[in-house]
Amino acid sequence: MSVTMQETAAREMPNGAEPMSQPAADPAAPAPRAIALRTEKLSAYYGGAQAVGDVDLTFEVGAVTAIIGPSGCGKSTLLRCLNRMHETTPGARATGRVRLGDVDVYAPATDPVEVRSMVGMVFQKPNPFPMMSVYDNVAAGPRLRGWKMSRREMDDLVERNLRRAALWDEVKDKLHRSGAALSGGQQQRLCIARALATDPSVLLMDEPCSALDPIATYKIEELVRELSHEVTIVIVTHNMQQASRVSERTAFMLAADDGVGRLVEFGKTDDLFTLPRDPRTEAYITGRFG
Amino acid sequence: MTAIAPTSAIPLRHRVVARRRFAQGAVVSLLLVATLLGVALLVTILSYVIFQGLPAINLAFFTERPRPFGEAGGGIAPSLIGTLLLAAVSGAIAIPVGIAAAIFVVEYRSGRFAAPVRFAAELIAGLPSIVIGVFVWAFLVRGLVGHYAAVAGAVALAVIMVPIVARTVEEVLKLVPNSLREAALALGAPRWKVILSIVLPTARAGVLTAAILAVARSAGETAPLLLTALGNDFFSTDLLRPIGALPLQIYRYAVSPYDDWHVKAWGASLVLVVVIGAVGLLLRFVARQRVR
Repeated sequence: MSVTMQETAAREMPNGAEPMSQPAADPAAPAPRAIALRTEKLSAYYGGAQAVGDVDLTFEVGAVTAIIGPSGCGKSTLLRCLNRMHETTPGARATGRVRLGDVDVYAPATDPVEVRSMVGMVFQKPNPFPMMSVYDNVAAGPRLRGWKMSRREMDDLVERNLRRAALWDEVKDKLHRSGAALSGGQQQRLCIARALATDPSVLLMDEPCSALDPIATYKIEELVRELSHEVTIVIVTHNMQQASRVSERTAFMLAADDGVGRLVEFGKTDDLFTLPRDPRTEAYITGRFG
Repeated sequence: MTAIAPTSAIPLRHRVVARRRFAQGAVVSLLLVATLLGVALLVTILSYVIFQGLPAINLAFFTERPRPFGEAGGGIAPSLIGTLLLAAVSGAIAIPVGIAAAIFVVEYRSGRFAAPVRFAAELIAGLPSIVIGVFVWAFLVRGLVGHYAAVAGAVALAVIMVPIVARTVEEVLKLVPNSLREAALALGAPRWKVILSIVLPTARAGVLTAAILAVARSAGETAPLLLTALGNDFFSTDLLRPIGALPLQIYRYAVSPYDDWHVKAWGASLVLVVVIGAVGLLLRFVARQRVR
């Protein structure tokens, strides 16, 4: 059994780049990793309608966790609950718990602005600030948060984060041109650089490639794998191949007949895609619905 | 079927295409006529004002104060200064208030007070301007200030401008994509900073246009000034004294029985139109410069 899975793991990793760094499931010696983020009985509502029900999930430090499921299963809503963006929609609220390190995200004393400064977010459609240059887009986070920095320090920060987002070489000659003039894929990497610039410990990505062509998608996926060494990533995707390519763990969500999205299965990505425990997971990954 | 269908289908398609072409042509011609009518109206008014007003225009018209009837020459300088001063003071009052109201309605729309604020703005916008003049007359001229004064005129104009600014800026703010607000919020910015640093700069050109629109609208108002600023043939920049304004000057000259004053009324009309147009063009140019 473990042989099958190791083979699967090797097949899933592109170019066999790092198939062994994360040995496939060996229950006897699981590499113990810290938990960056944990949800407990997390539910989300839009007005009176419940969208997410009682989700318990853990996100490991330095790992990529994918959330998959058909449209309307609440995966994006769940993601938006993790940095309290959900409640910015009028009438939306969440119950249950989210723990970010030792911060209780939904405690009454917790300031949502503080939470969002620790958890970065990348959205479905690239949304660089259109009236700002490439440079100013990356500098936007520190400036909005009122960081006091010299011109030189800001230059360094911008370059460092554009490099982290694998965009520096493409934009270093047009730093002061509008960010909206870049291609779609470049814009999305600019948004990633912008999110990284404030040094979040967790990066949430809400279907970051759904508006991009395959080559731009490939670049973002490569970037996600690289970034996972320095930041915990949670990625929502409706693309199962993408989940299997970039993530170590996958959560599968499904909306029941009552419209409430619930967690069906959560585990190592390879296990979930090769030996799903739940028949609904198997039905979904084999393409029988969704 | 394959042998017959094409030959029988071709005439049918021709008829459909011909009908569509006809409808297309008819609609486009109607639109063209409507557009030409609008443009013709504008050109007629402008050219008539220019034709009638140009004879009154000379250097003295812009630099001198009005002379009593019978004396030749004289100008409308006090009214010109008065109109600019009233526009500046009323703009300084109304533009921030209007923008603030629009921000409140759009950015805090889940709040309980947003709908009443929008409703109030609509009611004020619907008030006849003479009623606003009467109100300010009762409140400031008969009340707080005690006599006719420029500041009363500025307040009356500001009351007219606030709903124009608020409603126009509201529409402009609604055009700012929500994804930008979300991006800024997700960066850990407090809401007020998102509005000041992201939403307003994105909507900058539209906000400027709203301000121009309101200033232009109010600069042409006559009724509320009759009861507040009163008019003044002497140079004055004192906010607590009566002040002249171009619409007041036009009104006074136009209702007079003297031909010379009628020409001057046309001249003042031309100046008013040009001033409003020039302010609009200038601000639009500035707005475009800063967007790039």
